[in-house]
Amino acid sequence: MRPMVANGPSLRLLPRLSDDVAFYWTSGADGVLRLLRCNSCGLFIHPPGPVCPRCLSHDVGPQEVSGRGHVETFTVNYQQWIPGSDPYIIAWVSIDEQPDVRLTTNLVDVEPDDVYIGQPVRVVFEQSDDVWLPLFTPVGPDAPQGAPS
Amino acid sequence: MSPAVSEEPLERRAVISGIGQSDVGRRLGRSDIDLTVEAAERAIADAGLSRDDIDGLATYPGMGTGTPGFAGPTTPELQDALGLSLNWHDGGGEGPAQMRAVIVAALAVAAGLARHVLVYRTVSEGSAQGTGGRQGIGGSGGGGGGGVPRFGSFMQWSLPFGAVSAANWLAMVAQRRMHEFGLTRQQLGAIPVNNRANAALNPKAIYRDPMSLSDYLAARMITTPLCLFDCDAPCDGSTSVIVSHRDVAPDLDHPAVHINAVGTALRGRPSWDQFDDMTSMAARDAAASMWERTELRPSDVDTAQLYDGFSILTVVWLEALGFCGRGESGPYIEGGSAIARDGVLPLNTAGGQLSGGRLHGFGLIHEACVQLRGEGGPRQVVRPGGRPVEVAAVGNGGGPIAGSMLLTRGVR
Repeated sequence: MRPMVANGPSLRLLPRLSDDVAFYWTSGADGVLRLLRCNSCGLFIHPPGPVCPRCLSHDVGPQEVSGRGHVETFTVNYQQWIPGSDPYIIAWVSIDEQPDVRLTTNLVDVEPDDVYIGQPVRVVFEQSDDVWLPLFTPVGPDAPQGAPS
Repeated sequence: MSPAVSEEPLERRAVISGIGQSDVGRRLGRSDIDLTVEAAERAIADAGLSRDDIDGLATYPGMGTGTPGFAGPTTPELQDALGLSLNWHDGGGEGPAQMRAVIVAALAVAAGLARHVLVYRTVSEGSAQGTGGRQGIGGSGGGGGGGVPRFGSFMQWSLPFGAVSAANWLAMVAQRRMHEFGLTRQQLGAIPVNNRANAALNPKAIYRDPMSLSDYLAARMITTPLCLFDCDAPCDGSTSVIVSHRDVAPDLDHPAVHINAVGTALRGRPSWDQFDDMTSMAARDAAASMWERTELRPSDVDTAQLYDGFSILTVVWLEALGFCGRGESGPYIEGGSAIARDGVLPLNTAGGQLSGGRLHGFGLIHEACVQLRGEGGPRQVVRPGGRPVEVAAVGNGGGPIAGSMLLTRGVR
């Protein structure tokens, strides 16, 4: 049966891989999500910037995260902003290591009726050209903690 | 941390001495500079001034910004069109939302940089979007290769996921409000239904046919939980106000509209998806900073003109400005009696942007002045006991962009 919603718009409008963000948009090449982190105070900094906005250290660099998060809120888009798109789910997902970091993303392989705020999710990557888009999918109820389901 | 406000806030040295609005319509087929000159001439005449009195010029958002029909003419274009000789001028899109242009004009007047500033906002999005409906960003192309443009800056974080429009981002604010506070679509629908009822009494409004809550609930979804009638109506039109030194007030043939306080703060992160509170955002900060600059309280406000680019933003502003408690706006607006023209807080009395047209903040400023001057005709608010409207609150913007003002009839 055809799914009620797609995993995203009909066309992926892609980011420029400028020096400050290329690590983020290509991180999924090895299946791992990375965020910029302050090596001095440990704050995850998103979107990436040249300095830690908490302690002002310039010693910042990409660090692996678990790819686990939670749905903070979501919407099912119906409008044809991008022509030819089936409905798709947009969400703000918080990152478990630091829940005040939120990623705008798509929830994939799930129907809207099965999505809820607070739902645990894990990252999956969709490659589009030279970009690996971090998308999220619900963690199954039987999934062991801390491991991919 | 708040700045010290020990002396009289400087914005109180400024008044809105004149207002003017062009024709407003879905597709007028007129140039944006033509509409702007029409609004400007009406505002100058309304203030009892002549062209040669205008020595300041300000607009939002200024040069080269946004999608077609969004920005309107630049200040150099209007200066040249009207042959103005200026002591001060400013056009820009960063700051406390659309009303930033009014705020900087008031401060320029207070600082003695100009005496009469013509402030304007012009849109021609109705004509620019033609019959094809509202456009997305990059909607005609995209993808990764083949010379298709790529995106940087803040849009790179949302465009790849089809989160193209503020409608998407604010739908998530609405969904979060439903989760945290139990807001319902029946409650949210009170905003567009109230606006439509008010628009019926505004000859310039885009949509004036009656609309019921059932009509609202039956409308097609744009991005859940927001439907078509939660989104404002692109239009063509220009709005001008003249910001003058308050010492002109006795010379006007109508009540001067005094600027009592402005709200400009942005204390959270300047970001749609990273702002600490997903249910309020910058309106919270702008409103808080405004109340820090005045002795007036929310209960003193006779009418509120609160931004409704999307219905959910009006809900956010109601709480941010303290007209009801945090999370309590759903029950407050339910049924619409509190926000009707004869309610405790007459709201968006010209139909707002949802029905009046997307005049982008300035339509709301204009209507606040109309109400304070008692010139609303059939839609004029009269307070209990026959008291005139004396205090109006205006909120502009949404998400991480917000500015607010308290306007008064006479000095308060």
